[in-house]
Amino acid sequence: MTLSRALLALLAALAFTGCSHVEPWVKPYERENLADPIMAWDRDPVASSYMRHVYESREGARGAAGATGGGCGCN
Amino acid sequence: MQLTRTARGFAAGLAAAWLLCPAPSLAGVLPDDRADLMYHYYDGGGVQIDGPSVLVRKKFAEKYAVNASYYVDMVSSASIDVITTASPYKEERTQYGLGFEYLRGKVTYAASFSNSKENDYDADTASFSISQDMFGDLTTVQLSFSRGKDDVTRRGDPLFSGKVDRHIYGVDVSQIVSKKLILAASWETTTEEGFLNNPYRQVRFVDAGAARGYSYERERYPRTRTGNAIGLRGRYYLPYRAALQGDYRWYNDTWGIDSNMFEVSYTQPIGDHMIFDAHYRYYMQGAADFYSDLFPRSNFQNFLARDKELSTMDSQTLGFGVGYEFTIPRLKYVQKLSANLKYDFMRFKYDDFRDLRPTGLTPGAEPAYSFDANVIRLFFSGWF
Repeated sequence: MTLSRALLALLAALAFTGCSHVEPWVKPYERENLADPIMAWDRDPVASSYMRHVYESREGARGAAGATGGGCGCN
Repeated sequence: MQLTRTARGFAAGLAAAWLLCPAPSLAGVLPDDRADLMYHYYDGGGVQIDGPSVLVRKKFAEKYAVNASYYVDMVSSASIDVITTASPYKEERTQYGLGFEYLRGKVTYAASFSNSKENDYDADTASFSISQDMFGDLTTVQLSFSRGKDDVTRRGDPLFSGKVDRHIYGVDVSQIVSKKLILAASWETTTEEGFLNNPYRQVRFVDAGAARGYSYERERYPRTRTGNAIGLRGRYYLPYRAALQGDYRWYNDTWGIDSNMFEVSYTQPIGDHMIFDAHYRYYMQGAADFYSDLFPRSNFQNFLARDKELSTMDSQTLGFGVGYEFTIPRLKYVQKLSANLKYDFMRFKYDDFRDLRPTGLTPGAEPAYSFDANVIRLFFSGWF
């Protein structure tokens, strides 16, 4: 519970400082590599969503890896 | 459940803070217009599952986006559970999804709904999220909330009915660290209440009066479960146009399951049209407090489980993928197409879930169970 509260407090601070202006240390014109499609977290959403379902149906843990729907098909 | 109330209060406050923030002047970006059509195939542990999957995303006026998905699992199961305590069966699961996104400045609001239906399980999930780019677009923060309601029934037992109520709270922070490195952290809490076990699965217990030395009775799980997951990941752009990613996730829940997951992924474009992917994933977990492969007697304790997904286990996955991008000039409204094939080999090993197929052994002395699985995804994507 302490960890959860600390995380939420940190995010609350981020939320309010989000209203202020911060000078970016990586300028927009310096993000060519980051904008390359190979740098996307989830380049193929239909395939990665399926693999999350495969893992969650066969392992005890879930979460913190993107949202999935209910249902299992794994009995 | 106190954690749930606390998290809910904080999440509401954070959402209010975002809404009160004046909309920044520079706009964010919604996902590209895209359609995916996939055939998926899984074969492992006596279970074959295959079927189609479709995902379509479309933007309107650069401010609104909708997405729709359709997914089918056609299951043919003769798993170790089924052949030792029941009969092989076939069934179908169908899932529909619909989502909407609204972009206002650098804030994206998203809402989605999905329904998953089997002949004995019906699950509805509604999800909401708010994400904001900040600090010169170096940081993206997302808050998400999902609510799920499941109806559980049991074939051949019209009197049985169970329900599950699920809440999922999530926070994701993605951070551009340098011109080549991006990091992200995720935290997710899931609370579930209701009928959480499989209505068919059974536990076994020592029974000296039985010919094989043991008998079966129904599983019995707690009616609540709260799990916390923390994920960390980083993706790095290598000097020769390739990407390397590392993932870690820790998970812990009130049933006593504790797990760690590590994954490393590599992406390598070849020429202008081909992309090659490879990844290795290792997962390990400790058993739930009320799990046992063989209980000493019937009704040994309040809660009883012999679900191998709740046992001490590990799994390894080694996967490869190749994609080919091309255009068809005659299709004026399609900017780009790609054909992709991904293959994963998985190996599951269980420390305290025993293989009951060999006969004549002393109960509890059977070999530990393990199995391999092959997973294939063949899909075509189009950007328009």
